[in-house]
Amino acid sequence: MKITFRHDVDSVLKEAKKQSKPVLLDFSAAPM
Amino acid sequence: MWPDERVAKFVNENFIPARVHVKDDPEAFKAYGEKYNAHWTPTVLELDPNGEEFYRTEGFLPLDDFLAQLMLGRAHMDFKQGKWDDAEKRFREIYEKLPSADAAPEALYWAGVSRYKAKNDSVALKETARAFQTRYKDSSWAKKASIWS
Repeated sequence: MKITFRHDVDSVLKEAKKQSKPVLLDFSAAPM
Repeated sequence: MWPDERVAKFVNENFIPARVHVKDDPEAFKAYGEKYNAHWTPTVLELDPNGEEFYRTEGFLPLDDFLAQLMLGRAHMDFKQGKWDDAEKRFREIYEKLPSADAAPEALYWAGVSRYKAKNDSVALKETARAFQTRYKDSSWAKKASIWS
């Protein structure tokens, strides 16, 4: 299992509201 | 941290995961960093469905501690929403599954508070204070719970 991080944060925030689901927002400097 | 099976399962079950990367997308990093007051990495924010921050984890943590922090944040969200039974279950899960994590004493404390809120029965607080006499007794959370005994 892996995590697919999305980078379109505004879309994620809109989707979270629609789905009533929390968001995990990672501010990262790790190698991609 | 992120490739770990337990972390991935927890994140996928509980959140929509998003990332802003300081080097790959500096503009987004700056914009969201200002919006959420996040200016250092790693910083992991847990946002409610309205985009409001309800928990943050800053800096590197070993795996179990990191997972416990994520779980603690999610439990606090249920607590803030008044979902006392769900919150208690989530707090309990932390100290039962990750008893050595730094977050475990805090989870024990808030599990007791959640149970008290659900039942409106001070026995829940007394039992929590008693539990701290055998577990995590040197923690600051044991001191906070000591008034309930």
